[in-house]
Amino acid sequence: MVSVKLWGSLRDLADGQETVEVEASNFKELLDALAAKYPALKPQIDRGVSLAVDGLVYRNSWFTEIKPDSEVVLMPYMKGG
Amino acid sequence: MNFQSNTKANFKVVGTRVPRPDGVDKVTGRALYGADFNVPGMQVGLILRSPHAHATINSIDTSKATALPGVKAVVTSADLGVPEDESLRDVQDNCLARGKVLYDGHAVAAVAAKDMATAKAALKLIKVDYTPLPHVTDVDAAMKLDAPVVQEARADESVPEGCGPNVTHYCEFGHGDLESGFGMADLILERSFTTAATHQGYIEPHACVASYGTDDKADLWCTTQGQYFVRDLCSGILGIEGSQLRVTASEIGGGFGGKTTVFIEPVALALSRKAGRPVKIVMSRVDVFRATGPTVSSSMDVRIGMTKDGRITAAEAKLRYQGGAFPCGTVDMGAQAAFAAYDLKAVRTQGWNALTNRPKEAAYRAPGAPMAIYAVESVVDELCQQLDLDPLDVRILNAADAGTKSSYGPTFDQIGLMATLEAAKEHDHYHAPLGENQGRGLSCGFWFNFGGNTSVSLAINSDGTVSVTEGNPDIGGSRASISMMAAEELGVAYEKVRTIITDTSSLGQNDVTDGSRVTFAVGLATIKAARAAIRVMCGRVAKIWGIDEDAVVWEDGAAKPSGPNAGDFEPMTLADIAAISSETGGPIAGHHEVNAEGAGVSFGVHLADVEVDPETGATKVLRYTVFQDAGKAVHPDYVEGQMQGGAAQGIGWALNEEYIYGDDGRLQNAGFLDYRIPVASDLPNIDTVILEIPNPGHPYGVRGVGETPIVPPLAALSNAVSRAIGVRLHELPMSPPKILKAVMAKG
Amino acid sequence: MKNIHVSTTLNGDDAEFVCAPEETLLDALRNRLGLSGAKEGCGTGDCGACTVEMDGRLVCSCLVLGAEAQGAQIKTVEGMAIGEALHPLQQAFIDHAALQCGICTPGILVAAKNLLERNPDPTDTEIRYWLAGNLCRCTGYDKIIKAVQIAAADMRGA
Repeated sequence: MVSVKLWGSLRDLADGQETVEVEASNFKELLDALAAKYPALKPQIDRGVSLAVDGLVYRNSWFTEIKPDSEVVLMPYMKGG
Repeated sequence: MNFQSNTKANFKVVGTRVPRPDGVDKVTGRALYGADFNVPGMQVGLILRSPHAHATINSIDTSKATALPGVKAVVTSADLGVPEDESLRDVQDNCLARGKVLYDGHAVAAVAAKDMATAKAALKLIKVDYTPLPHVTDVDAAMKLDAPVVQEARADESVPEGCGPNVTHYCEFGHGDLESGFGMADLILERSFTTAATHQGYIEPHACVASYGTDDKADLWCTTQGQYFVRDLCSGILGIEGSQLRVTASEIGGGFGGKTTVFIEPVALALSRKAGRPVKIVMSRVDVFRATGPTVSSSMDVRIGMTKDGRITAAEAKLRYQGGAFPCGTVDMGAQAAFAAYDLKAVRTQGWNALTNRPKEAAYRAPGAPMAIYAVESVVDELCQQLDLDPLDVRILNAADAGTKSSYGPTFDQIGLMATLEAAKEHDHYHAPLGENQGRGLSCGFWFNFGGNTSVSLAINSDGTVSVTEGNPDIGGSRASISMMAAEELGVAYEKVRTIITDTSSLGQNDVTDGSRVTFAVGLATIKAARAAIRVMCGRVAKIWGIDEDAVVWEDGAAKPSGPNAGDFEPMTLADIAAISSETGGPIAGHHEVNAEGAGVSFGVHLADVEVDPETGATKVLRYTVFQDAGKAVHPDYVEGQMQGGAAQGIGWALNEEYIYGDDGRLQNAGFLDYRIPVASDLPNIDTVILEIPNPGHPYGVRGVGETPIVPPLAALSNAVSRAIGVRLHELPMSPPKILKAVMAKG
Repeated sequence: MKNIHVSTTLNGDDAEFVCAPEETLLDALRNRLGLSGAKEGCGTGDCGACTVEMDGRLVCSCLVLGAEAQGAQIKTVEGMAIGEALHPLQQAFIDHAALQCGICTPGILVAAKNLLERNPDPTDTEIRYWLAGNLCRCTGYDKIIKAVQIAAADMRGA
């Protein structure tokens, strides 16, 4: 199981939880598992999310490996200038 | 050989100040920018724009314009389909209004004609029947429950119940227990701020030439930060296949985020398709201001608690942004960046985006961050003043560092904030005396930095030279830094490498030149492409020598036996190997395609000294110093250039620049005379101090540097002015009348 | 209205072109004479990207009519280098990174050259005020001022 920290406005869409646990070993599995477990998160996931794994922000990259003890934080999809 | 190494320390080329490869073209007038490109048979394209801030389009009669001799085509949104994808539909509707005009300057129709005079005459013959609607341009007014509705039903699922009809997005970040945090504070300040919308102000207006064939094959030449994204947007809007649209980026005359989308390109393609001839559109400066993508304006509340020895106990921000007439997620970035510089136990940021009757926001250098950090850094400075604490010591006491749980969630790896703060504290600028009516301000700044999709191809030519092909427009010297990294990795002279930027048909996908990503991501792909070529060269040499590939290493631009056991062979240089490539297996090249991740975040600290004239309220910037972590400065001149240029844009934002709308909802200052960007005589020298805390995610430790430097000037200037006049200011820009009013009110 | 025939001197060479009566010198240079070094950033004389020299005086070529070039001496960025030799200002701008995107560079070079011909040893402040009509959005001007000083020193020594 991986613990995923959700940003504040997503918590209401995940039964008010700040951290949710899902079974996943990479970015893609994590997104699929989140959308399956918390369907209300799906619109945001479809719009785009980034993922911080142990402090590094990934914007895409389905196969980014996630270890059970990794710090995983969901973030909005980042855009720059 | 280790082809994964990320620990290079001794550089020969990287870190030097070589001349840029496009320098001669750009000082002699040879370089071709967007408007400099022409093709035979080209028609002039011109766009009709809305005079209303908000109106229903009842009908558009183009018959008279179409009938005018010399007119080759007239298009409206009826000539385009309606894309299913919502964000693509918004881009298209922004390029040609469908049903309603949503802001002053919104494009309604376009003509292609044999010359400018005919095109102008044709625009006058287009009859648009409008019904004006109530409008709203101010963010706080737009948030209200009874505000004029800009677009119906555009809120996403994040928006809580009870928000006004223009609120499209809500976000919240943070951690910890705010109430108990504020309970531990000796002083809590809560302040409200506003910032005006500003424009990137690139000197080159948007320009393009479209040539669309009857076989649905098309070419587009344009000034852009990302030819691939232009291709994706335009092929989607025109309904053609991506492979059939080749987009070539011209030299780019500044972008700063404003050229990361399309405004005229799909219109030119639609005109060319209908006219059967190439069409050129060049925007006027007035249209650039009215109808491209300025940044958001904001209204913000910040509340921070501090102990009397300077420790921040809790912090909270509420950000309300408007990004024009279409949904916009920039507030997400502001809400995440607001408190990034601080190690906080209790922090919360909330953000709302509201629709207004203004042009669709485009990215502007660290989009969303400057205004949020301005508000936060202003309150921190006022707390320091009221508690009689040194503002730099307080930043150091509370600074985020490796291991800090950031305000937006992830735990920081190696970051350079502490190093920049300490460099600022040691710098003589911080200790120089100030005179009457003078003040010193400081601010931290932050940007996330991105990587992204990147393709690089690197050819070893038979004469021992190197050709690098990449796909990101060179906006401030990146050809030089890419050539330098190729030369460094291959061990050849910088002059042996030439980097060119290619069109969308000649190389794999490249994301837009944005997010401070190019030196990081294209550099990374270039290094990996060079390593791939080295691997081929080592393989060829191993065959020549009759030894194992593993027994050949690459050092100082030559293949060598890995040690005495590998055999006794004279090193073969890149030129030696290249000269016989035909005999050893054919052309030698390397390439790398990656969605680069691992861009390290970037921090900076700015110091500003100002003098305010108490008679006029005019502010003079006396001295300015930028401290920033670059990870590894590949070309220090252009790193300094980013730091200086970002500072100058931020100074303009702080002191002068603003979009001014009249009661009629029309833009009142659409020109460089009335939208005043800093000129040479407005600014002092901008001193720079580059720190190098390597980014573990890049082979040479590079971090993006382009965006962070626009963030700190807003608060640095506001803090300096506030200290100079002895009154706190909460509004940008700090134009002379506002400062004068504050001074008078103080008495 | 009929086009006007104009005879002028462009970077030292005789040149002839026809233009519409309302056509700007900038458009004539770019569209009739094939010199695209002067840029249009605003069309209203606010940005200086179209700066050229007309009879020794700096003008925004977007505010001058093409017809006014009749009999005049026009100098543009394309005339600064002599053969293979760059003008010291051009070389200093490359060597000291005084440009990023480069769109304002032609106008700034023409303006700076005119300054140094009038005042070979200007102060920083004099350079800043002389160039106040030439907008640059990339550099913050710092490296431009330094490059002009370096070129000025070079030219005084030459």
